[in-house]
Amino acid sequence: MKNGFTNGIVRLREKLEAACSEVLARSDDDNGFIRKERERAMASFKRLGFPTQAMEAWRSTDLTATLAQDYRIFTEAPETGQDIGQIFQCDIHHLDTDLVTLLNGWYVDHGQAIRQLSCGTVVGSLAAARLAYPALFEAHYGRQADVAAGGLNAINGAFALDGVFVYVPDGVTAGKTVQIVNIINSDENIMIQPRNLVILGKGSKLQLVHCDHSVRHKRSFINSVSELFIGEEAVLDHYKLQNKDNDSAQVTSAFFEQQSGSRLSSTVITLNGGIIRNNLHVKLSGPGCDASLHGLYLVDREQHVDNKIVVDHMAPDCVSRQLYKGIIDDQAMAVFNGYVHVARDAQRTNAYQNNRNILLTDKATVHTQPHLEIYADDVKCSHGATVGQLDPEAMFYMRARGIREDTSRMLMMYAFAADVINHIRIHPVRHQIDEMVYRRLRGELSVCDQCILDCNAQRPQVFEIDLNKI
Amino acid sequence: MPSYLIREHQVEKEQHDILSEVTSGDYKYGFVTDIEMETAPKGLNEDIIRFISSKKNEPAWMLEYRLKSYRKWLEMTPPGWAHLKINDIDYQDIIYYAAPKPKKELQSLDEVDPELLRTFEKLGISLEEQKRLSGVAVDAVIDSVSVKTTFSETLAGLGIIFCSFSEAVQKHPELVKQYMGMAVPYGDNYFAALNSAVFSDGSFCYIPKGVRCPIELSTYFRINAAGTGQFERTLIVADEGSYVSYMEGCTAPMRDENQLHAAVVEILAMKDAEVKYSTVQNWYPGNKKGEGGIYNFVTKRGICKGNNSKISWTQVETGSAITWKYPSVVLLGDHTTGEFYSVAVTNHHQQADTGTKMIHLGKHTKSTIISKGISAGLSNNSYRGLVRMGKKAEQSRNFSQCDSLLLGDQCGAHTFPYIKVENKSSIVEHEATTSKISDEQLFYCMQRGIGTESAIGLIVNGYAKEVLNKLPMEFAVEAQKLLSVSLEGSVG
Repeated sequence: MKNGFTNGIVRLREKLEAACSEVLARSDDDNGFIRKERERAMASFKRLGFPTQAMEAWRSTDLTATLAQDYRIFTEAPETGQDIGQIFQCDIHHLDTDLVTLLNGWYVDHGQAIRQLSCGTVVGSLAAARLAYPALFEAHYGRQADVAAGGLNAINGAFALDGVFVYVPDGVTAGKTVQIVNIINSDENIMIQPRNLVILGKGSKLQLVHCDHSVRHKRSFINSVSELFIGEEAVLDHYKLQNKDNDSAQVTSAFFEQQSGSRLSSTVITLNGGIIRNNLHVKLSGPGCDASLHGLYLVDREQHVDNKIVVDHMAPDCVSRQLYKGIIDDQAMAVFNGYVHVARDAQRTNAYQNNRNILLTDKATVHTQPHLEIYADDVKCSHGATVGQLDPEAMFYMRARGIREDTSRMLMMYAFAADVINHIRIHPVRHQIDEMVYRRLRGELSVCDQCILDCNAQRPQVFEIDLNKI
Repeated sequence: MPSYLIREHQVEKEQHDILSEVTSGDYKYGFVTDIEMETAPKGLNEDIIRFISSKKNEPAWMLEYRLKSYRKWLEMTPPGWAHLKINDIDYQDIIYYAAPKPKKELQSLDEVDPELLRTFEKLGISLEEQKRLSGVAVDAVIDSVSVKTTFSETLAGLGIIFCSFSEAVQKHPELVKQYMGMAVPYGDNYFAALNSAVFSDGSFCYIPKGVRCPIELSTYFRINAAGTGQFERTLIVADEGSYVSYMEGCTAPMRDENQLHAAVVEILAMKDAEVKYSTVQNWYPGNKKGEGGIYNFVTKRGICKGNNSKISWTQVETGSAITWKYPSVVLLGDHTTGEFYSVAVTNHHQQADTGTKMIHLGKHTKSTIISKGISAGLSNNSYRGLVRMGKKAEQSRNFSQCDSLLLGDQCGAHTFPYIKVENKSSIVEHEATTSKISDEQLFYCMQRGIGTESAIGLIVNGYAKEVLNKLPMEFAVEAQKLLSVSLEGSVG
């Protein structure tokens, strides 16, 4: 570790420990549960420390420079001091959503910390849910996100002050898509620890769109943990969009637990960001589950994106699919770390894992590690990984038909990305992401001034191609 | 008792009988040869290293090299990243030097200890026969000491040097000094450092410029004495435009202790040279309770130094309690080729963590990896591989295929590939599948009167065929038999 960074990291560690003591001293009105959880998490962090590249799970991602920054750490909700309505103008065209907003990791309540929607779904702040639904909260909180598994998980658990809580009762189909928008808006460097809890009852359905976005800030480090419980026969569509500026670092950990017969579709789209690490942990606990995990990352400049996916087949007759695709430009680095574990009893498992990358320059780097660990014999597991470039023959085909080189390249990259985008099941979202990817590939999309899903006026997609020539 | 229960009982008993028969009889090389041995005292320290060095009458630079390695080894810790459960090894409880007692300088095969000759006959490599019939030049290494090299005279006519490592140190010190440690430096890893400190013998092979070695060169390794470790070292240098095919086989007696085998193999291929290295590894795998067996921790690496050179590794791994082995190729020259073909079979309590590294540094380099893992019983079989495309490895290409076959629901099959690409013009493809022998396949065979065991043998051989085809003929037959024997009793 470089010496200049060591002091910064020690400082951050001390700051976090002090802030945690402050939280623990203050929360005397809490019941014993969350206090014990926080103490356990802090003890775990003291033991584990921050991740380093010496750890197998972090060997390709270096957080040293990120951790060495001086961050402000919130222990209570900051004054917003802004016109909240002005910041949150988020909207997905042609899609009516139930909007949930977080500002610097804190729930923006608009006068109502927790509310029940007409369909019966409960949406609100995690802090409010802890008091309003203690039984439900305690039955699920911390059950999947193991604080002993990693230092950053442990820090999140040591704070876990606020975040989003969504509860869909048994048999309820959430009417509108729930959209969570997390905005960073600060004059200082900040480190935040949002904590989300999503519970789907038996046979319920939910569509969740989760966006991260920065408005005005210096450096930010988001360390978020989400736990999502999918009950028997329930269906969850989860979409995550990341379009951050290059000064931001983000480590997101999402822990999904699926009960028998449930279905999960997860899509992670990364368009911009400084250092991004997405941990996705899917535990298939009951028989007959189905999990589809898709990801697309388009990175350039000095950006770094690392997707670590763990799929844990604990029960028989489950199916999991992973498809992650990426285009890496400039000096950017992409890491794919997929891991499928099939337990001894998980017979008749079908697991697929696929990672495809296109490198556009000689300075870009790809690490891909599609790992399988299998202990059951009646399984069909396969994985594939490719790293390459745009097919020169396809390029020639298009050039021969009078399509300009840059247009041909665009078209091919766009088609490459479409494999992932086509899995998005909410049509307005698919349309909008499609549009954003198109603009991103043309280099037109930067971090917008407003919420990423309110990207000014829609532009028609026009490729400069005379189709008659093809 | 109702008749169907009796029938079931009989079937169960039959299966049990087959299982016990097979597990006690499957390792047919488990005998011990009673020959006079000369051994060093147990333990490892600088004096032991000096003892080994003086026994072998080595020059001072060799002793220096050993001591340097030993000091490096003391600073290192055993690797813990592999998917293996290894009992702690007491390095002071191992005999580092054991040799058949020399009677006098051997002039011809007739003078070799007849007991020793019988051992090799039992192993199916009668030196006498080999010499006359098969045209395979054999260097037999027993307990790390080369016993006899056949065909040396014929090879010498072509300028090929094929002798024991100790002999090479005496007769060709300049070659050994120049090339030793080039592919596997003494501090490369824990076991390579240990080997560099205590290696007792091995084979040395030098193919001069433009010579195509007319026969297959072969080394047969055998651990005989109890409480010993085997630390042999092989160095193959193929000079410009030469070609050699090299084979390696190994067996050990059945003992209920774990014995350590830490070997180093180095291959250097100069411009336009080609080296083909084949291994059939059949060290004693331990009994069916997982007691005993060889710990096989081997470092094998080749460097394609010159342009257009080629190194090909083919391995059939059926033995050893634990295998930790990653034959690698560094593709340094432009237009070089690296190949890795492997079949790894694990049964009972065996563990294997094996694979390869393909490091592409030169332009237009190509590598192919075909790995077939077969797990049965309570074993764990892992493929671990690295493919790296360096910044300057323009237009390079890799294709990897790693398939696993699971026989039984108590075993594990794992795949851990690592791919790192640092330039835009290279293409890397990796694919892997894990599956079992389907009931339909078995039904098809049984319907045609082929018993379960034979059917499995047939299907497994078909599955591994891609790799077996790459073996020299002499080995392919042995490998096919081994595959069937290793898997007997694993399904029922």
